Amino acid sequence: MRDLAVLFKGNNLQRLLGGLGVTLELSLVSVALSIVLGLLAGVLMTLKNPVVRAVMRLWLETVRIVPQLVLLFLVYFGMAKTFNLQLSGEAAAVIVFTFWGAGEMGDLVRGAITSIPVHQRESSAALGLTRGQTWRFVLLPQAARRLIPQAINLTTRMIKTTSLVMLIGVVEVLKVGSQIIDAARYDAPQGAVWVYGAVFFLYFFACWPISLAAGWLEKRWA
Amino acid sequence: MKKIFALIIALILTLSLITAASADAQARTLDEIKESGKLVIGVFSDKKPFGYVDEYGEYQGYDVYFARRLAEDLGVELELVSVDAPNRVEYLTSAKVDIILANFTVTPERAEVVDFALPYMKVALGVVSPDAALITSVEDLRGKTLIVSKGTTAETWFTANEPDVNLLKFDTYTETFNALLDGRGDALSTDNTEVLAWAIENPGFTVGIESLGSLDTIAPAVQKGNDTVLAYINEEIQKLAEEQFFHADYDATLKDVYGDAVDPDNLVVEGGVVE
Repeated sequence: MRDLAVLFKGNNLQRLLGGLGVTLELSLVSVALSIVLGLLAGVLMTLKNPVVRAVMRLWLETVRIVPQLVLLFLVYFGMAKTFNLQLSGEAAAVIVFTFWGAGEMGDLVRGAITSIPVHQRESSAALGLTRGQTWRFVLLPQAARRLIPQAINLTTRMIKTTSLVMLIGVVEVLKVGSQIIDAARYDAPQGAVWVYGAVFFLYFFACWPISLAAGWLEKRWA
Repeated sequence: MKKIFALIIALILTLSLITAASADAQARTLDEIKESGKLVIGVFSDKKPFGYVDEYGEYQGYDVYFARRLAEDLGVELELVSVDAPNRVEYLTSAKVDIILANFTVTPERAEVVDFALPYMKVALGVVSPDAALITSVEDLRGKTLIVSKGTTAETWFTANEPDVNLLKFDTYTETFNALLDGRGDALSTDNTEVLAWAIENPGFTVGIESLGSLDTIAPAVQKGNDTVLAYINEEIQKLAEEQFFHADYDATLKDVYGDAVDPDNLVVEGGVVE
């Protein structure tokens, strides 16, 4: 219990919140880009064109098979070594998480679109809707509803995975946590429990509202 | 951890293949650093007392103290970058930092990929054990259980030189020290700097063997071939010997941790000369 004080020593609490800010900024920018690009990618993935399909397939398999840490290293260190392109850790992180998120989101969008019964498309055609109108008024609104649970899942997964960016020098909430634990390792040897506990709550309160919003949207649209 | 480590190794191999076929990222020369007005140094941010961030968010520690002096004497600003043990080499080869000052132990393998300057510290292995059954020599350890962390010099040294010592291995430092507290082994071995600091905080335990195995040195590192920066660091280290800079550094950063139990001359290297 005594070691709980480590959380309030100096600016530690502000530092943790600052770290959470970095985590949220990186993940929200990446998530926003992923949603926009993912919607586009998802529509492309439903196309029958073999070239488009092959490219999309390759992209999706890459983000599924290659661990995010390797992608981060490739973009952060690899780009510098190969093309002498010096990206900041933050930029590398957004590139990698968007590449990953948009690929996965695309697959979710594709799944949601193809799950809509074919008679919906046929009925729209029978009513004289154009292709654009069919997408806009019939297919996408229905697909969006089916998409929400998985998209939220992906979003929270992305928020949590941003902890990997500490390995390319970006100091986010978990790294701040380990810095605090280490700086207090002689004065507060049991501090780890409290610091990790605090980090747990920070992640929880970052992800929980997203889950709540998703639940609300699902109910409202169902 | 193991998985991550394997990945990193695989990655480094891939990267070096890519690199072999292309133009390298060139580290900045001393003139370029002066011109930019900023020296970029990679340090640990969670390895007290060598490189860590205090409760006010300021970098501190033995390595950081030296980093500040390097920038000051060059007349430029200092930018510190948080690095971790597995990616220290990458930061240099990809020219993300000018210098690595992250408790970097000099080994022949590392010397093939980076250039080490003169050493500013030395370490050997230490063995800590409970006072009730204090272990004071390697002979005492034979047939007993010694706790080590995977991938450390302690693991390598005991495996190669003392096959009769039973090793109990863990992934992280925290686990190894907890195992000793729980009595799951007779003693624990890792860098002497670590065990000495730990024993002071944990009454009932004493470092019975203070220096064991080969003496390793710790030195700043620069990208291979970055001779101007390397020369600057070496000049600094030699020049600073006059004022016993690293003893002052020890007093400012390490003394609180090791107390009077440790002779600074067992750890500190002045002027790059290891006697």
